[in-house]
Amino acid sequence: MSSSTTRERGESSPTEAEGEPRARRPIHHREKWAALVLLVPAMVGFVVFWILPSGRSIWYSLTDFDLLNEPQFIGLDNYRELLGDDVARNSLVVTIQFVVASVVLGTVLALLTAALMQRLRLKTWVRSILLLPWLVPNVAIALIWAWLLDGQLGYLNHLLHAVGLPGVSFYNASQAMPIIIAIGIWSGLGYTALLLYAGMTQVPNEMYEAGAIDGATEKRMFFQITLPLIRPVIALVVVMSAIGSFQVFDLVLIGYGGNPIPAVRTIFFYIYQQSFAFFRMGYGSAIALVLAVILGALTAIQMRAMRANRSDLS
Amino acid sequence: MISTPVPDLAPSTTSAPTGSNARPRRSIARGARRVTPGKAVAWTVVGLLVLVSVFPFYWMVRTAFTPAAELIGDSSQLVPSNPTWINFARVLGLTSMEESVAAGGTGATLDFVRYTANTLFYAGSIAIVQTLACAMAAYSFARLRFRGNSALFGLFLSGLLIPGIFTLLPNFALIRSLGWLNTFQGLIAPAILVSPFAIFFLRQFFLSLPREVEEAAAIDGVGVFGRFFRMTLPMSRGPVATMMLITVVGVWKEFMWPLVAANSDGTRVLTVALQRFQAQSPNTSPDWTGLMAASTVTVIPVFILLVLLGRQLVQSLNFSGGK
Repeated sequence: MSSSTTRERGESSPTEAEGEPRARRPIHHREKWAALVLLVPAMVGFVVFWILPSGRSIWYSLTDFDLLNEPQFIGLDNYRELLGDDVARNSLVVTIQFVVASVVLGTVLALLTAALMQRLRLKTWVRSILLLPWLVPNVAIALIWAWLLDGQLGYLNHLLHAVGLPGVSFYNASQAMPIIIAIGIWSGLGYTALLLYAGMTQVPNEMYEAGAIDGATEKRMFFQITLPLIRPVIALVVVMSAIGSFQVFDLVLIGYGGNPIPAVRTIFFYIYQQSFAFFRMGYGSAIALVLAVILGALTAIQMRAMRANRSDLS
Repeated sequence: MISTPVPDLAPSTTSAPTGSNARPRRSIARGARRVTPGKAVAWTVVGLLVLVSVFPFYWMVRTAFTPAAELIGDSSQLVPSNPTWINFARVLGLTSMEESVAAGGTGATLDFVRYTANTLFYAGSIAIVQTLACAMAAYSFARLRFRGNSALFGLFLSGLLIPGIFTLLPNFALIRSLGWLNTFQGLIAPAILVSPFAIFFLRQFFLSLPREVEEAAAIDGVGVFGRFFRMTLPMSRGPVATMMLITVVGVWKEFMWPLVAANSDGTRVLTVALQRFQAQSPNTSPDWTGLMAASTVTVIPVFILLVLLGRQLVQSLNFSGGK
């Protein structure tokens, strides 16, 4: 598995090392020039395509910008409009439903899958099959599920009818969101489970052996040993899947042939529509900025709530 | 841009006792051979998981081999009664317009070879250049002393929290004003040089390498570049390959950026081509056999990747998540 587990970790950060009295200092005076050279490509990329765009995005959000003409400063008008924009509010609500449901259900299912991987010691090839949906682009995934759930000919609906259940439809307002959530969870399950499984392999076997001697059941060991010990990995998975699912876009765009019904019109789709269909880059940027702030706050809260930086394993 | 990989905070926190880690994994549950009811249930669940993961793709392939005319009568059979290649042929543009329409298509085609080549170039160039540039930066952060090292590293890390859409709009405006829309340089530029996750991931690994070898080399007069390119980099083949693989998968699945920045014949990638193919199919009565054939051809490279590298991929993720 991980080749680094056997190695000792050099935890001393470079800044700490700086303070240590060491005899080899003369060799290091050239290091800052070398560091500069090694850092140049990544720095250029980061400044040009991350930092400056972040600044420009804030600027655009204060302007009227249609791509063709220079941005016109309009103060906080975009934000004022956003406050009264029911479509934007609806898409934010829809997105939050999607994120909360996918993260909660997705993490629980992935935890169970990972526990199966660990306790049954599933072979690598079985685990790699579970990874298949994650490897496939969402465009193809959306098409496949749109076909499986097709109103007249979809195979899944055929199966549902065969056992006497009513069929489901992408275009039913109350079913659309659960369907998209289920597809999202399905496509990410193997990946999330593998990450959690990786965390679980770090739990020393002695703990389970001790648990078994004490007569603990599998269920008890899962809740009392596994879960608390992999908390940092869970926190990470939760944060990353929350950020990922906030950006859900291609599933709804493709699943609905470019025109999703309101029940699944996510905020990402709305930003895309405003910016690239209506050429309202300024307004799109304002929504994106609000989204970024919400995401940042959520991440901070989650990391704190789950005490991500501490594990009982240390 | 790539939202899939998960940074690994575990190493700094879950530094499990190294002694127990070094041991090979041993049987967790004694009596692993015994089949208990719980185990039977567990294996059934695993079987279901595998079925649920694979069946939709089976159904995609099965539909692709079904003649459009027989779709209605045949839509509940597990195997098509009269399998045909016509859907693939018409999707790939190997049939005439009339033949295509006769087989239930719209005449829309998908230049599979070209779009696959575009996608390979897109994913491959980013995976190679980005990983190298990030390895260089990660090495600086892990090994070299310079003022502001940790502050700069923290700045890169903050990039992990910036949602893609936030930089996508201004980057689009930038690429557009450079006249780079629908060019390869415009397609790859935003991602080619940096990924905060890659820097984070590789730095963690470089920190875990023993310093002694490099220190000895330094005393023998080997410079920083010699130590990085001829010692550290070759020693880190595994993690570097892992990073490239994760990047390839992430870029391969990328949709929104190539959709807005490079939606022309010369630069279109598979995901966008598939979306375009769908857009040409009527919404009211979609050309399902054609769509599934098109989906199948775009998913084929993924199947190949999984068969060839599945093992490595699974172990890579294990490495990135657990370490």
